Amino acid sequence: MSDLVHRLLGPGGDGLDCDGCFALLDRYVELELTGDDADRAVPGMREHLDGCPACAEEHDSLLELAADG
Amino acid sequence: MSATQTEPVPATLPRLSREPVVGTATVSAVHAPSDVRARDEESRAWLDDLRSDGAVREDAVARLHALLVRGARFELNRRRAQLAALRLDDLDDLATQCADDACVAVLGKLDDFRGESRFTTWVYKFAILHAASHVRKLAWRGRELPQEPETWERFEGSRGPDDDAEQSELLDAIRGAIDQDLTPHQRRVLLALAVDGVPIDVLADRLSTNRNALYKTLHDARRKLRASLAKKGLE
Repeated sequence: MSDLVHRLLGPGGDGLDCDGCFALLDRYVELELTGDDADRAVPGMREHLDGCPACAEEHDSLLELAADG
Repeated sequence: MSATQTEPVPATLPRLSREPVVGTATVSAVHAPSDVRARDEESRAWLDDLRSDGAVREDAVARLHALLVRGARFELNRRRAQLAALRLDDLDDLATQCADDACVAVLGKLDDFRGESRFTTWVYKFAILHAASHVRKLAWRGRELPQEPETWERFEGSRGPDDDAEQSELLDAIRGAIDQDLTPHQRRVLLALAVDGVPIDVLADRLSTNRNALYKTLHDARRKLRASLAKKGLE
């Protein structure tokens, strides 16, 4: 699938919305940092991050910042 | 049951979530009890201080603001390329401004903190959100949103020379579904976000709405496109 097609169609399925993503993002990131199954613990987050570039950028930043302490 | 779930809930800490927040999956985190206890104690201290009065609260708010400045600076530095025109002093001012906004948001949402992460991680997400959103808006300041003819040129221009017949048929079908199946608002939102690359915060500002409402519109539009493609046997 090309990048354009992916951006147009999104990841499919019912993920979280942006508000749901923000509410759970800190929990999700800390589960990632401790090596836990964050995707299982926070259903819908991975789909949302795959379909929302802004939330994905903020996830990446928080992951890096939280890892730093 | 995880180690987290066996810990007693401290009286003054918000209740830790015992139930899954979304869907049917259970919380799978396994942390050492001592780590969890230390995390909870630190969080409780933050909340107690921020909810107290006088000098204790003032000191806690100052420490909170410092954390938010650190988070905002971190995000602004990640986006330094988009802020090339700003001097270093301006960058510090911008970090403080973002931290001010984030501080108001954090203090207004203390009851939302449920102890599912370190307090600092919970706080940092506010700093990052405000700084990232601010930079996106700065980067688009003075720029008009693309009009549809320009958008369709971009759409067609994205077809690669190596696209096979199947990919080309898929793009044709998507273009047809965008024209026929979406409402004008859905079409505008989808094209701006997915084809023109307009940041969602910027589009929300220009359309006088919010990020979550736009994401829901995007999601509905995508679902319609997928349904249309499925009918044609293309998904």
